[in-house]
Amino acid sequence: MSFLQNSLPYILAGISVGGQYALIAIGYTMVYGILRLINFAHGDVFMAAGMFMVFLSASLPLGVAVPLVLLLTVLLGFLIERAAYKPLRSAPRMSVMISAIGVSYLLQNCALYFTGGLAKVYPQLPWLSDTVTIFGAVTKRVTLITPILTLLLVIGLSLFIRYTKVGMAMRAVSKDFETARLMGIKVNSVISMTFIIGSLLAAVGSLLYFTNYASVTPTSGGMPGLKCFVAAVIGGTGTIPRAVLGAILNGICETILKGLGWTTFSDAFTFALLIVILLVKPTGLFGEKATDKV
Amino acid sequence: MELRKDKKKDALCTAVALAGMFVVLLVMELTMKSTSILFTVLKKGVIYALVAVSMNLLNGFTGLFSLGQAGFMLIGAYTYSILSMPVSVKMGESVYKYYDCAIGIELGIFPSLILAGIIAAVFAALIGLPVLRLKSDYLAIATLGFAEILRAFFQWDAMGPVTNGANVLRQYKDLTKVKIPFTSIPFPPTLFCFLVSGICIAIIVLLINSSYGRAFKAIRDDEIAAEAMGINLFKHKEMSFVISSFFAGISGAMLAMFQYTVQAAQFKTAMTYEILLIVVIGGIGSITGSCIASFLFIACNEWWLRFLDESSNNILGLNILRSGFRKVVFSIIIMIIVLFFSKGIMGEREFSWERIRAFFRDPFGAKSRRAKKAAASEGGES
Amino acid sequence: MKKVLALVLAFVMVFALAACGGSGKSSANTVTIGVFEPASGDNGAGGKQETLGVQYANSVQPTVEIGGKTYNVVVKYVDNESSNDKAPSAAAELVNAGCSIVLGSYGSGVSIAGGPTFEAAGIPAVGITCTNPQVTEGNTYYFRICFLDPFQGTVLANYAFNELGVTKAYCLNKLGDDYSGGLVKYFIDAFEGLGGECVHEEFPDGNSDFTSYVANAKAADCGVFFSPVSTEAAQLIIDQVVAQGASFPLLAGDTWDSNVILQAAKGKDVQVTVTTFYPEGADASFDSSIKAWINGDSTNLANNGGDDTVAAVTAMGYDAYFFALAAMQKAGSTEPAKVMEALWSTEINGVTGPIALDQTNGDAIRNTAFVKQADTATGTWIALDPVTVG
Repeated sequence: MSFLQNSLPYILAGISVGGQYALIAIGYTMVYGILRLINFAHGDVFMAAGMFMVFLSASLPLGVAVPLVLLLTVLLGFLIERAAYKPLRSAPRMSVMISAIGVSYLLQNCALYFTGGLAKVYPQLPWLSDTVTIFGAVTKRVTLITPILTLLLVIGLSLFIRYTKVGMAMRAVSKDFETARLMGIKVNSVISMTFIIGSLLAAVGSLLYFTNYASVTPTSGGMPGLKCFVAAVIGGTGTIPRAVLGAILNGICETILKGLGWTTFSDAFTFALLIVILLVKPTGLFGEKATDKV
Repeated sequence: MELRKDKKKDALCTAVALAGMFVVLLVMELTMKSTSILFTVLKKGVIYALVAVSMNLLNGFTGLFSLGQAGFMLIGAYTYSILSMPVSVKMGESVYKYYDCAIGIELGIFPSLILAGIIAAVFAALIGLPVLRLKSDYLAIATLGFAEILRAFFQWDAMGPVTNGANVLRQYKDLTKVKIPFTSIPFPPTLFCFLVSGICIAIIVLLINSSYGRAFKAIRDDEIAAEAMGINLFKHKEMSFVISSFFAGISGAMLAMFQYTVQAAQFKTAMTYEILLIVVIGGIGSITGSCIASFLFIACNEWWLRFLDESSNNILGLNILRSGFRKVVFSIIIMIIVLFFSKGIMGEREFSWERIRAFFRDPFGAKSRRAKKAAASEGGES
Repeated sequence: MKKVLALVLAFVMVFALAACGGSGKSSANTVTIGVFEPASGDNGAGGKQETLGVQYANSVQPTVEIGGKTYNVVVKYVDNESSNDKAPSAAAELVNAGCSIVLGSYGSGVSIAGGPTFEAAGIPAVGITCTNPQVTEGNTYYFRICFLDPFQGTVLANYAFNELGVTKAYCLNKLGDDYSGGLVKYFIDAFEGLGGECVHEEFPDGNSDFTSYVANAKAADCGVFFSPVSTEAAQLIIDQVVAQGASFPLLAGDTWDSNVILQAAKGKDVQVTVTTFYPEGADASFDSSIKAWINGDSTNLANNGGDDTVAAVTAMGYDAYFFALAAMQKAGSTEPAKVMEALWSTEINGVTGPIALDQTNGDAIRNTAFVKQADTATGTWIALDPVTVG
């Protein structure tokens, strides 16, 4: 019992962190699947969602603020794609990635400007922020909600991609960009849709993440963002369930490492795992078909 | 025959211009106050120019999208500061407060600088073995990952006797300790930075213009064709990676000299991004572009735009200018360059006297445009 | 054509900006005091509160009489971004502005990094709340008016061992942070010297998940959680301690003496104790007038974290300003070299107590630390008995 009591917080935290990573990782993996672009700005979109919440909840009731946050984040994701990536569609891949880095830099600096460089306290969401006790381990309710919500969203998204027309178009574009265009698929709107879904999930992820770690700083999107992409690669980019598995695995490993006292390497571990996997099993832990990584 | 004469003339022009620059710098340093921010920006600018050029060698000339520059600068900075720190400081209590320093030797400035580059190159060689098999974005994310791992490694408690853990290193030989050889007269620090960076950049330019450089460019343009032409892909990629890291190490060491203290925490991914942005602003594949861009970048970021941060400069009662506004303006400028001038300042071209002469013959291309227009209207009439 | 236009524009901008940078040279009857503080980054919140103290002091006394002449005091603020690599150029900017003396910084790392620049320029700097010994060691141009980490660590260890009566402490600091790293080491030394036992861990930069650390402390059965980190991380730690229902008290140094902590702890079941330089209420007239000043301006209020609690660092900033004026008056000159000479023997009676410097490193002679505990019901600090050592 005492072992369970001692180790349960780590496992719970791991699954919860993993779930939040998963929601961000989906955005990365979808964009990567279609545009072959590491969207470095995605982590900052996630941070921006947190900032929107901080500023909106100061003047609006939560019932209005939360939907508005989702809407604004989606709009932000959409605008970033239109302004910073679309003009570079025919440019070399490196230019687009550099543009992504530039957007990330811009978003961070805007956040820095509007917050005046101070960490903002994230509003308490009733019910989600309450503490609960399970098997003698005390934690926030959001820790328990996260994996469930993540699972539901992933299932929903998978069904969406499998059975709707837009979903089919997405799959077609990610298979072959040019042929899809020849087949009459409106590639630009499919790409916009991808960014919208990715940003929406990032906004949901940010609600969960920041309820758990209640402060938002301009740089709080950077490291989680990078780690989520890496997690997606570890799982195997391109398909959503694999990326989610990779993210959850990563979250758990990270928390266990911290629990063992190897905190110096908690960030580095993710990258070490990535490099090992890229070299040993380039299609990701759960991937099957060969890609052009090597 | 005519062409060769022109080339000779150009080389002479370049040599005279460079010599002139050094003389002006020397005069400035001897006459102006050494603490002027102009010198701070010049020093940091030239240090960043070296690392930007080294990154350009990889990204612009070999087509390897690597994001590990900050990690190699970290190695260089640590190697330099640990090796050049006086033994009395190492054994004393003032820097290694919580560890007993395990490195009992002290080297001069030049050996430390060179070793800083060599150690960075050795690490690069080891990292390159597995990583260089990856392609474009995977290479980017893997090198970025290695830089993060290196940072964690240098902060590791068990490395404490060597790296002082995550704590700050200081009291090593910084720029003020550089002496003119065989005398005890201090060497002008800005001139020193320019000399070291200048020599390193010159070596890189020579390399790029050699047969190896042509092989690098061939790999950049088309790997498969290059391989078919008999270029050993891995050997050349590894070579480019190691050389680039060598110079990144040296610039890391100079950064350590410049800023008096070194701490692993500063060599974050953000630093690599900054260097990458410099390369992009200057033009991927242009050495002169990288140099110009790094001075502009550092000067705008740390000097010229600072007035945007001061709320006392607000006009019309608007409270727009406050701390952080400088960075917003700066990142907007960067986005504009990335989106609308994606070739950067210089594109893939280098500075050339021919273009300067052409510019003076026909400023802003007005003449040729007029000629074109005239030709077009003539064509229209007939 | 586009490119040429861009180049021309760039050059115009460069020259315009250079002209802007060049203006603002001090005229005959002004003296410039530089403020070397972070306004962004990890220590942005604390740096802003410290700057507020200087700003308020400047509004109280905008002129100073030096050598029979009245000078207008110009305060030049530069953001060092809480970052060691930006610190040298921020320091150079202050040197360029022709400062006679520099105040700051909050956070020891940037002070250590900026120190050599001031030394090279021959401008004295007065640390306000940078408590790491390395700031002044071997740098004759760096002084400081606060106590040092070995002292603060000893006070905290004594408090934990004697007052709280615990024998096992959990210590957490940020990796690569001179302030928290130093303080934790001194705490451990003192605590183990008293016969206690410590568990020590570090968290990396940018970490926001403190679940495991709190769980580790719980698992190790520690009686107190000592974590003198930045206020940003502090909020998260308090939150996590409450979330996991941990029963141990939280203990920290001067950084936690901030209304950010009060807001984070308000209405929660947690005990937070800090050592600090100034307890609110020690000087009623100072408190009431600075509160009025803070409330009178929305920017100031925002910079102070949204309410009018007087942070110790603000009081220290206020004292530092007057200490600098006193030094210049004593020197009878605005020459940095003369001011530096005078600093060694300057003494004032500040709101945080008498300030005088020792003759070895130019550190403040202080042997008293104030202890405060957060009242989580009202969101204010309760002053406990101050601790005097030596």
